[in-house]
Amino acid sequence: MSAVGRVGEARAGWAMSSPALAAILLFFVLPAIASLFLSFTDFDIYALADIGNLRFVGLQNYERLLENPLFWKAITNSLLFVAVGTPFIVALSLLAAMLVNSRWLTWRPVWRVALFAPYVTTLVATAVVWRYLLHTRYGLLNYLLSFFGMPPIDWLGSPTASLPAILLFVGWKTFGYNMIIFLAALQTVPRELDEAARIDGAGWFTRLRHVTLPAIAPTLLLVSVLTVAGMFQLFAEPYVMTQGGPAQSTVTILYFMYEEGFKWWNLGSGAAVAFLLFLCILAVTLVQLRLAKRSGAI
Amino acid sequence: MSLRRWSVTLLAALVALVTIAPLIWMVSVSLMARGEAAQFPPPLWPTSPTLENYRLLFGSFGVGRFLLNSILISTLATGLALLFTIPAGYAFAKLRFKGRDATFRLLVAALVVPGQIGMLPLFLELKAMGLVNSYAGALVPWLAGIFGIFLVRQYCLSIPDEMLEAARIDGASEGQILRRIVLPVLAPIIVTLALYVFLSSWNDFMWPLIILADQDLYTLPVALAAHSRQNVQDYEIMMAGAVVTTLPVLILFLALQRYYLSELLTGSVKG
Repeated sequence: MSAVGRVGEARAGWAMSSPALAAILLFFVLPAIASLFLSFTDFDIYALADIGNLRFVGLQNYERLLENPLFWKAITNSLLFVAVGTPFIVALSLLAAMLVNSRWLTWRPVWRVALFAPYVTTLVATAVVWRYLLHTRYGLLNYLLSFFGMPPIDWLGSPTASLPAILLFVGWKTFGYNMIIFLAALQTVPRELDEAARIDGAGWFTRLRHVTLPAIAPTLLLVSVLTVAGMFQLFAEPYVMTQGGPAQSTVTILYFMYEEGFKWWNLGSGAAVAFLLFLCILAVTLVQLRLAKRSGAI
Repeated sequence: MSLRRWSVTLLAALVALVTIAPLIWMVSVSLMARGEAAQFPPPLWPTSPTLENYRLLFGSFGVGRFLLNSILISTLATGLALLFTIPAGYAFAKLRFKGRDATFRLLVAALVVPGQIGMLPLFLELKAMGLVNSYAGALVPWLAGIFGIFLVRQYCLSIPDEMLEAARIDGASEGQILRRIVLPVLAPIIVTLALYVFLSSWNDFMWPLIILADQDLYTLPVALAAHSRQNVQDYEIMMAGAVVTTLPVLILFLALQRYYLSELLTGSVKG
């Protein structure tokens, strides 16, 4: 290839990638970095009106946050969502994937699409539907439970039931996506391996633990990391279903950041929350990676 | 069919029914007369189906406006995202230029940073640019889609270099190669990416909620959320609103699910 051609190729390479790179720099990288700087200022409604009111306050936003009970409530709630929601959703997704992957199943594509459908629905719309579904008096769920002799549960009105209620909705909404990722991995597990274990007399759970799970370990890690990140980013669910209540039991970190930034216009403090949220996600992801490395999954 | 086949298939059918039951109920309640849904036991079907709720929605509630906003924003977001990410993805896969690999590694690392981190500064940045409370402001995040670049690049890697070299020897310019040779090969992944961006921007909530202040500019999810926080009692109207909001994307997905699911299935194995 000629030198002229190489120069032309390099020039075209930059020309084709620079619009996207410029947009990423301007609307993604720059704001993310600015978030850190913003968190060291007292940017509020007065600075919004006149930038001259802006002051550099060092770590004051962080100190104030650590003294704010609602901030700790939000952190605790989000960690609860991560701790309870991640195993629940990963297990739900894996079970669904194993069902759809079963060699005995007929009309596989039909079931696959049906189980994936909630994932593509509009979150706000289905949150509104679920709020009605979970209604104490008129909801379908309590009606179904009444057949089993259960008294009506105040799903969205009691501080202990609100988190499971939202998790039920989030699980319904997202398991289809994880299921598809698991399906791709399950299809690479040789049937003979499972068959050999079955002939050796291994039960369903033993085969799951010793054949299937080791074979799909990297995918299990990927889905867990994605789910943890998703659990930290819950916002529309409490916004629509509970408005953070009852008794602030569903105020998540992101919900807190939104209120801090766009309800009270404490943008400096909100940016500090955003930065702490990022550190949380990063920390949990790194721990998961390390655990996976130690156990030899990746 | 064996007993085993029947039982597994029956189980799958049951799970599928439970999964789509909330969506069926949503449609069913949206066809009920006002007040019919607030009963115990909850009615499953409308006694006499009516479109009255939809008439009210498009009449006095002015949902047509929000529907139009959603269609406009999602369509523009899709077009712009394709325009920005396809050439970039191709360049990162096939064109040799200085700094390419280092830049791409940085992009992959940036994938772990959630977009919400920079939301407050981005709001201030757009305010300075005069884009707050405008369609343009709502579109901005879709220009910076790293995932799309990644997807297109992965797909481009399978294009044989000889094909591009042959076109160069024939005197085709780099732009012509992209348009005439690469784009046709990319057709399936373009459909996948377009569908992905359209669905994501249609369903997006937090950013439009922040950036769109005028009710006239509201997208369907923002309008529905605002209404749901005020009128909790109007179940039938709310369900009709949910149907209008989510049915378009559900139908779009069902029509094109082949592209969406198969790419997700193969893509996640590679990634």
